[in-house]
Amino acid sequence: MFAWRMLRWMFTRLPHRGTVLINFYHVGVLSLPVVALTGTFIGMVLAVQSYYQFHAIGLATHLGVVINTTLVRELGPVLAATMLAGRVGSAMAAVLGTMRVTEQIDALTTMGADPIHYLVVPRFLACILLIPALTIVADFMGIVGGYFYSVIILDIDHAAYLNHSREGVVGFDLFNGIFKSFFFGAIIAVVSCYQGFNCEAGAEGVGKAATSAFVYSFVLILAIDLFLNVVLNHIYFMLYPTGASIL
Amino acid sequence: MTATATINEPDMNTKDTAADLIVVDDLTVEFGDTTILKDISLLIGRGETVAIIGESGCGKTVLLKTLVGLIKPTRGTVSFDGRQLQRLSLAALTRTRRRFGFVFQNAALFDSMTIFDNVAFPLRQEKNVSADEIARRVMRHLSEVGLPSDVADKRPAELSGGMRKRVGLARALILQPELVVYDEPTTGLDPIMSDVINELILDTRRRYPVTSIVVTHDMHTTRKVADRALMLYPRARLEADEPQVLFDGPPSQLEHAEDRRVRQFVRGEAGERLDELTKHGNGSSGQAS
Repeated sequence: MFAWRMLRWMFTRLPHRGTVLINFYHVGVLSLPVVALTGTFIGMVLAVQSYYQFHAIGLATHLGVVINTTLVRELGPVLAATMLAGRVGSAMAAVLGTMRVTEQIDALTTMGADPIHYLVVPRFLACILLIPALTIVADFMGIVGGYFYSVIILDIDHAAYLNHSREGVVGFDLFNGIFKSFFFGAIIAVVSCYQGFNCEAGAEGVGKAATSAFVYSFVLILAIDLFLNVVLNHIYFMLYPTGASIL
Repeated sequence: MTATATINEPDMNTKDTAADLIVVDDLTVEFGDTTILKDISLLIGRGETVAIIGESGCGKTVLLKTLVGLIKPTRGTVSFDGRQLQRLSLAALTRTRRRFGFVFQNAALFDSMTIFDNVAFPLRQEKNVSADEIARRVMRHLSEVGLPSDVADKRPAELSGGMRKRVGLARALILQPELVVYDEPTTGLDPIMSDVINELILDTRRRYPVTSIVVTHDMHTTRKVADRALMLYPRARLEADEPQVLFDGPPSQLEHAEDRRVRQFVRGEAGERLDELTKHGNGSSGQAS
């Protein structure tokens, strides 16, 4: 019901530019450093975790394929979404929850502004339009981090690493990650705003809304991720019948 | 004008020119299993100032929010100016709401905005109001509630409770509403500031042709500003066939009401409530007021 009302408003009237820009700033610009940092670390962690197995079977130079494919298809979008749910989703629920508790949402309604149109639509737009960009940043920084750790610290041959990496990741992998991120962004915005709008009274209510926003978003992100991966894998094997290979 | 007066079914889809601005018919509001308001019928005439009094938890605020369409009744109807609120489309309800001014208990100012932007907010929802016009009207309304022009750039958190209430009043009045509703306007204020707010309510009546509804448990406010008082009683403590409106009449008659519970409330006497509360170890006044 909540999501339906929001979608209806999204197509009936454009939100005010002022309300959109501030949300884009909060969701996009302020999330950039933390998403970039997480991406870099995860890239390096993947290198650390995979190196010994690959080294043992003499495939250390193929490390890049595994790191990059894992990042672009799975970890980049999921981690960017997790960071967004934690950083932005719970903040949204807390802000909207406080507005509910202090009657600011009622005040909006009495002044002839629809709270869904005024508060939820800009947040939804910010989430779904900026999460792909944040996913690309996480992917890129992860690839850089993985490269840095593999080539500089683990001393893998730089040219071989790059050559194998280049062949390993196809356009569909990137599409897979970006496509999923739209759904993750929508989940974060809808779940967090819903929790904020239905916040119970008092400081405890606001705290609960913020926690539930993150927990429900995260669980739903993983569930949708599983579902979309099954669907996208079917499409992948239709396009690339031979499947993926690290060799 | 009396509660539970005989109400002829008004033609809800045509404007009527009758004196009554608000018609409440058999209103019942339930939250889950809890009945907050039951079978309330009343008429509020144009230009009246009605005080709705009663102890915490009796449903005063719920009644107020139902009157302006913020809470949907479980049963029964609320009509404003001859139109039933529940039957209006969202767009029509939004247009109707612009004819109301709501002064919230804790002002409900948007804390992400300056005072100027808060007061300007309802105007900015209107089309074709120039920036000059907005600035002029905001400053005029701020000065009408006795606030200096330098508060305009401040944030709500920087103001005292009394100042915030006055900003809330300025914001509620900026569209020159026909109905102004005040939710506990003097609660939490010192006696001097409470009287300032009372004077502002009277001043608003003198300045604009408004109908006012004041929810309060402050008897001083009731006597000073209202020309009619309605006393609500918590539904849970009434017998099944007792009406929830215990008193409806001029505030001067409250002291002489037949119902003992009304006289006790007006005089501020706990009476048998004290025994009830100490015997059961807690009060029942935690629910929505």
